[in-house]
Amino acid sequence: MDRCASATAPPSEPSTAAVVSDTRETAPAVNAASVMHAAGFPVAAPASGLPTTTPATDASDAQDASDAANAVNRTNETNTAASPGRRHFLASLVAAPLLTIAVRLGLGEEAQASSASVTAIGLPDVVDLGDVLILAGALTAFAVLLEVDAQDRVHLELPRAEVGQGITTAAAMIVAEELDARLEQLDVQLSPARPEFAFNQLTGSSNAIRSLWLPLRAAAAAARARLVTAAAQRWSLPASTLVTRRGEVIAGDGRRASYGSLSAAAAQVVLPAIAPTLKPQARFDLVGTPTGRLDARDIVTGKARYAMDLQIPGALPTVVARAPTLGGRVRRYSDAAARMLPGVVAITEIDSGIAVVAETFDQAFKARDALQIEWQAGPLASLSDTQIRARLRNAVPPLLLPPLLSATVEANFEFAFVSHAPLETLGAVADVREHSAEIWYAGKSPIIAQQTIAARLGLPVSQVHVHVIRGGGSFGRRLFFDAALEAAQISQRLRRPVKLMWTRNDDMRHGRMRPASFHRARATHLLGRVLSYEHRMAAVQTDLRHGAGEALTALGFSLAPAVASQAFYALTQNLPYDFGVVTNLLGEVPLDMPTGSWRGVFSGMAGVVHEIMVDAIAAKLGRDPLAFRRDTVTSARVRAVLDKVASAGPWGRILPPHHAQGIGVWDEYGSSVAYLVEIDCSDASAPRVTRAVAAADVGLAVNPRGVQAQLMGALIDGISVTLQAGLHIDNGAVREGSFADFHYARMRHSPLLFEAHVLPPSGEPGGCGELGVSAAAAAVANAYARATGIAPRRFPLLG
Amino acid sequence: MPSYTLLINGQTVSVDAPADMPLLWVLRDKLGITGPKYGCGVGVCRACTCHLDGAAFTPCTVLMQQLPAGAQITTIEGLADGDTLHPVQQAWMDMDVAQCGYCQPGQIMAVAALLAQSAPPSDADIDAIENVCRCGTYPRIRAAIRQLAG
Repeated sequence: MDRCASATAPPSEPSTAAVVSDTRETAPAVNAASVMHAAGFPVAAPASGLPTTTPATDASDAQDASDAANAVNRTNETNTAASPGRRHFLASLVAAPLLTIAVRLGLGEEAQASSASVTAIGLPDVVDLGDVLILAGALTAFAVLLEVDAQDRVHLELPRAEVGQGITTAAAMIVAEELDARLEQLDVQLSPARPEFAFNQLTGSSNAIRSLWLPLRAAAAAARARLVTAAAQRWSLPASTLVTRRGEVIAGDGRRASYGSLSAAAAQVVLPAIAPTLKPQARFDLVGTPTGRLDARDIVTGKARYAMDLQIPGALPTVVARAPTLGGRVRRYSDAAARMLPGVVAITEIDSGIAVVAETFDQAFKARDALQIEWQAGPLASLSDTQIRARLRNAVPPLLLPPLLSATVEANFEFAFVSHAPLETLGAVADVREHSAEIWYAGKSPIIAQQTIAARLGLPVSQVHVHVIRGGGSFGRRLFFDAALEAAQISQRLRRPVKLMWTRNDDMRHGRMRPASFHRARATHLLGRVLSYEHRMAAVQTDLRHGAGEALTALGFSLAPAVASQAFYALTQNLPYDFGVVTNLLGEVPLDMPTGSWRGVFSGMAGVVHEIMVDAIAAKLGRDPLAFRRDTVTSARVRAVLDKVASAGPWGRILPPHHAQGIGVWDEYGSSVAYLVEIDCSDASAPRVTRAVAAADVGLAVNPRGVQAQLMGALIDGISVTLQAGLHIDNGAVREGSFADFHYARMRHSPLLFEAHVLPPSGEPGGCGELGVSAAAAAVANAYARATGIAPRRFPLLG
Repeated sequence: MPSYTLLINGQTVSVDAPADMPLLWVLRDKLGITGPKYGCGVGVCRACTCHLDGAAFTPCTVLMQQLPAGAQITTIEGLADGDTLHPVQQAWMDMDVAQCGYCQPGQIMAVAALLAQSAPPSDADIDAIENVCRCGTYPRIRAAIRQLAG
C-alpha cells in the first residue's frame, strides 16, 4: 500500500515539541556514545489538549518536530485501557556507516513514575503478568536493533528466543509493515545476552509480541523517516511529497531509490524531515495477513541449526551420568573402566554428576555407562506420589465462606507432575578460557544465565558471551539454563570446549516439570444464581528463579519465593464470570524438586478447575453448559469466542452414543479463547478427541496463521495432559524415561478435524502462546465427563 | 575400527566407525550430517527418521554392522532435488506445518516413505505415524498428507 509520508501526520497530532521535552528527560543508559539523537513515540494520546502541528520539511524547524512526532493517537489503537506510562518508546539513531536504529522499550521518567507506584497488586496499570513484564522492561535500555544494509537487507536483532512460537516471523512482519519493506528483505537474528536489556530479554508469559509490538514499529518508523529524508535530500524534493513502497522511496515524478541505496545517507540524518509516525491499523497490508514462517524452508530442508548442530571448533560431545533420584549426588566413583573405552577424551565430576567427553555421543554414552558410581540418594528419596498428594491436600488453604442457606457445588481436583519434554533436549556448547567464556544455547533468559555463569566461573559478566540459538520447543523449560551452566563448568574444568547434551532420560528424570497440585473449589448458589465461588490451590513450589521473578522485584514486589508465587498467581488469575464473591488462594509446598512453569504458570491447572466447575454448576442448575456460560460471562470478548465455537461446532449437534462435546474458555494475556471439542469414548481406555474448534480474540493477530498454530499446539497439550501424559514419582525418582511411557499425544490422539478461528482485530496484540492450554484441557475434560458420566477429578485421567 | 562404504544422499561415503555405533552418530558426529535429530536414542520419538533403501527407519537404533552392503541412505538433506523441494517438503511449506521444527525432518521422511508405499493413505495409515511432535502440529501434518494424497 502506498503511503505518503506527510499524509500520515494527523491534523490533531500533539505538539512535537512537547513530546520532545518528555523524551529528553532520560539519556540513553547504554550506547550513549553512539546514540546521536532520540525520538519519542508516545502512543496513547496525552490527556491535555496540545496544539497541532504539521511535519517539518526542513532541518531548520525540524529541531523538535523531527523525531518527536506523536505516533498513533489518531488510530484505533488507543481504545485499549493501557496506561500512558508504559507506552512511550525512544528510538535512536546509532552512529554507524549504515542506517541503524535502536529502540528503547520505554521512556524513562514517565515509565519509571508509574512503575515506582506498582508496589501492590491490583493497581490499574497492572492488569496481568504481561503488564508487569512490560513495565519492568520499560526501565531498561535500548533493546531492539534495526539496520538497513547496502544490499537492501533489513537486519533485526530481536531480544527474544525463538522456540517454535513464530515470533521471528511476526516481528519481521511488524517491521516490514511499518518500514514499507518487503517481508523477504527481513533477516531476524536473536540477540546474544545483553546485560543492558535487563528484564527485556526474557521470553515467557506469552509476552513477546505484546511487549515488542510498539517498540518494533517505533524503530521501523524512525528508520523510514530517515530513508525518506535521505531521498528528499538526494532529489532536492520536499520529503512530504515522497512515498514509500516495498523497500523503495518513490517521488511523484517516478524516480525511485531502494532503501539499501539510501542507507548510508540516511545514517547521517540526525533530524528527519518528516515525522516518524506509525501507520494506522486500517492501512496495514501485511500485519493481519496469514503468513508462512520465514524459517520454514530451512526447517523442511534440514538446514535449521539447533545448538547441537553447531560446529564449534574443538567442542566434543559430552554427557553427564546423573543420579537415579532427583537431587542425588555422587558419593564416590571409579572411571577406570570407562577411560579404557575407545573415543573417550576426558571424564570429570561436576555438581550434578560425572561428565564424560568423547569423540562421538555414542562413545560418550558407552563410557558413561561404564562408570562405577556410588550415589547418595536425593532429598526426596522417602517421597512417592502418595505422600506428595497427601502433603498437597494438607496444604490447601481453607475455604472461607460458609455455605449458609445456599446450596453448594464442591469438588477436589488433582494434577500430576508433567514434563516439559521439548523434543530437542537441553544442550549447550561452552568454550571457557582463562579470561573469557563463550556459550551457545537456546535460552529464554540469557541475561540471568550470563550472570550466573560468570559468577560460577569467576569471570566478569562482560567476558561471558552468551549466544542465543533457536530452540526445539520449550514450553517453559528453556527459561532455565541448567545445561549451559553445566557445560561452562565442564569446559572450565577440562580447559577445552564441550558440546553438552542432555539425554531424553536426563530430561524426563531430572526435570523440569510442571508442579503437581491439589485443588478444592466450591460454588454456592441460590435461586439459580451463583452467589460465591472459592478456589483453593496447593502446589509443589514453582521455581521462578529465571528472571521473571527479578522483573517483579524491580517493580517493588518483595520477593521471597513464596511471595513471588503469590504475585504470579494473583497476576494470572482472572475468572471471567459473574459468580458473586470470588476468592482464589494458592498454597505452596516447598519440595526440593526441579519445577518450572509449563506453558503458563498456574493457569494450566487453575483454569481447568474453573471450567470444569462451571460445567458442574450448570449441571446442578439444570442449565446447558453453553447457555449458562453465555449468561454469566462478564466479558464480551469471551462471549464472542464462545459464540464462535458454538456456531462452528455446532454446539449440540447429534452424536453417536459414548460421544460428547465439551467446551472451555479462558481469558488472559489480553486475549480470550474458547474451545469446543468432541470426544469418542466408545473405548473407555482410549478416548479419542475426534474434532476440535478453537476461537480466539487476541486483540490483533499479527500473523493469524501463527496464532492458529499456537491454538493447535495448545489443543494437543490439552489433550495430552488431560487424558494421558503425566509423571509419577517413586521414592524420589521420576518413573518415566522417554516418550514410551510419558504419553504425550501422537497422531492417533489428535483430532481428525481441527479449525481455529481468529476473530477480527479488537485492539492491540495480546498474547497467545500459552493462551489456549487451560481452555483446551477443560474442554476435553468436560467432553469426557459428558460422554462417560465420570466426573474428571484427577489428571491425567488415564493415569 | 572397521571401514564402511555407504551411499548417502546419492554420494558414496567411506567412514571408519565402530561396528556397534548407531548410524545416527556416524551421520551427526563423524559426517556432520545434522538433519537427522536426536530425540531419544531408542527409536521411540523418531525425530531421526531417514530412509534406508527407500523405507523409513530410525538411525538411532540401527548399528553400523547391521547395515546391508551397499545400503542407500537418504536423510532430509537429500530429499529435495537440488533447489526443487520434494512434494512432501512443499506441502509442509504450503500448510506452514512446522513450529519449532525439530521433529519435522523426521516427520517429513516418515510421510515421504508412507506416500511412496501406500497411496492414498487412509486415516488409519496416518494415525499409525508414531513420530512425536511436541509442538502438536499433527492436524497440519494430517492436512498436508491429505493434500498430497489428493
